[in-house]
Amino acid sequence: MLALCEVMIMNASLLNVEGLRKYFEVRRGFLGRREYIRAVDGVSFSLNKGEAISIVVESGCGKTTLSKTILRLYEPTDGRIIFAGKDVTHLSWKELKWYRRETGLVQQDPFGALPSFMTVKRILEEPLIIHGVKDRRERDKRVYKALEQVKLTPVEEFIGKYPHMLSGGQQQRLVIARAIILEPKLIIADEPVSMLDASVRIEILKLLQKLQKDYELSIIYITHDLSTTRYFSEKIYIMYAGHIVESAETKGILANPAHPYTRALLNVIPDPDPSNRFIIKNVPAGEPPNLLNPPTGCRFNPRCENMIKGICDVKQPPVIEVGKSHYVKCWLYGRA
Amino acid sequence: MEKSHLTVKNLVMYYRTLKGEVKAVDDVSFSLLRGETVAVIGESGCGKSSLAKSIIRLLPRNVSTYKGVILFNDLNLIELDEEVFTRDIRWVKITYVPQAALNSLNPVIKIGDQMVEPLILRQKMDRREALDKAAKTLRRVGISENFIHHYPFELSGGMKQRVIIAMSLLTNPELMILDEPTSSLDVLTQANIMNLLKNIRKDLKLSMIFITHDVSLSSELADKIAVMYAGQVVEFNDANTFYHDPKHPYSQKLMESVPTLRTEKKLNFIPGAPPSLLNPPKGCRFAERCPYAFDKCVEEPPLVYMNENFYVKCWLYVK
Repeated sequence: MLALCEVMIMNASLLNVEGLRKYFEVRRGFLGRREYIRAVDGVSFSLNKGEAISIVVESGCGKTTLSKTILRLYEPTDGRIIFAGKDVTHLSWKELKWYRRETGLVQQDPFGALPSFMTVKRILEEPLIIHGVKDRRERDKRVYKALEQVKLTPVEEFIGKYPHMLSGGQQQRLVIARAIILEPKLIIADEPVSMLDASVRIEILKLLQKLQKDYELSIIYITHDLSTTRYFSEKIYIMYAGHIVESAETKGILANPAHPYTRALLNVIPDPDPSNRFIIKNVPAGEPPNLLNPPTGCRFNPRCENMIKGICDVKQPPVIEVGKSHYVKCWLYGRA
Repeated sequence: MEKSHLTVKNLVMYYRTLKGEVKAVDDVSFSLLRGETVAVIGESGCGKSSLAKSIIRLLPRNVSTYKGVILFNDLNLIELDEEVFTRDIRWVKITYVPQAALNSLNPVIKIGDQMVEPLILRQKMDRREALDKAAKTLRRVGISENFIHHYPFELSGGMKQRVIIAMSLLTNPELMILDEPTSSLDVLTQANIMNLLKNIRKDLKLSMIFITHDVSLSSELADKIAVMYAGQVVEFNDANTFYHDPKHPYSQKLMESVPTLRTEKKLNFIPGAPPSLLNPPKGCRFAERCPYAFDKCVEEPPLVYMNENFYVKCWLYVK
């Protein structure tokens, strides 16, 4: 019994997202009707301390909105975000400062994310100053430590440089250093490697993995690139048009993709193989829906080859368990 | 032996900046047959786009050296008169789709009117006839012909890319140069565009130069591979051999860093960064990052031919 309790405490999740929604209001014309862009529409997942998960989502399907809403850079329209046992969904500005210290963001475009007029040292000092580290020597110590953690060494060589003097990979490592300098518990990496070259990508992903293991950091890796996820996390969520359509262990999803969208993705992503050039692939027609006016029922139904008329285009599909911790939001697997 | 469609031999293109001469394309050679595709792969800043621009002679204004041989249908493009080149080659026989071209459609001109410009200006075609041809070409790339009357903002990213491809097909070209044609598109749209390119290449017997940084994606089109590093082609190889057995240490390391979806493998990255093209190191440019570097590598490596066509630029293969 005691052992069980311990397991439960160890598994106590760091972050719980329940039915998260973020709509943006748009108004057309002066007295126009109010309409909503449903960028994130009922997303739930949880994350343990020291765990890494991947969320696979294409551009235009709510990628950046999701990360910004979880970090409370946006106020959620509905749903709950519970972080370390505390409800942060509607925290006031003052209380949010604590949450900001506990979380970090790694952006997609490192050069755009770094202020070009600040030196490396100044960039890393900024969060420390804002969060009240008044002692200069203490700040220096932590700047050094962060730069060493992301392997921008020898530190002296980098500390006085401006962002444009660094290569793309080094800039991204600086962005990571800035994200971890306050020793947060959670990092959201929003496409951290999509602007980088192949060889540098792996370097950055390995760095993130090392930080996760060494400092028990929880990481949410948001990406459109399914092929890197198997090397990054054990758990994976597939998101389409604001919904999570499938979630499972990475190996399970790669071996047995259940949702038609996941299957389509797995089918089209190439591996380096010269026979690819003779194959015309089967690709679902169309493009992701406009989130201002998404299709009724399952949002993938207009593109889905298994669409059941009268069901898929009418009612939203339920979430169904199709295997061990393998969930799919699709009518093909039952009619709850 | 079949005659090659395009042969590039010892192509050099340098340009001068305030900081010095940038050796963007430095002694590049490769060749392809009619209907073949060569994929140029390499990391950003290695001179891939400069190579494309050198072939179609869209040189930067500050170019300081431009020499070598570009044989296209036995015509040396480098020596060709500018007037003839503009009339017969650029955007006629050879079309070029620059990176992110889909964002450079003019937002205030209808798709059809943008498309027919080269036909009216260069080929002196009648406007109505030209629009007709544009509509047909649009249908060829899978877009309803009504779209000639639409504006670019009414199209999604994938459709814009199709329009761009249609534009580059209008003049019945023989060679298409595509610079990262899918880099800003999502995964499924990218697959759609690749399908389209495969189809038109087969139907129209087009030769293609496909420039990309994505090794996995290059396998979707490439018959031949040219790996570029710091302004030079370090390996030119047949696709069937290359993906299984790359020769140059840089190619090998690059392949090790490519994640695969269907098989598990150990990923490795290449420590360090590519040298600046302003002042590349003497000898082999990859030497300082190369695990096999030895004393010979301080000298410029020769092209070691594995057979008639394919070579690797590395001292390891000198016998």
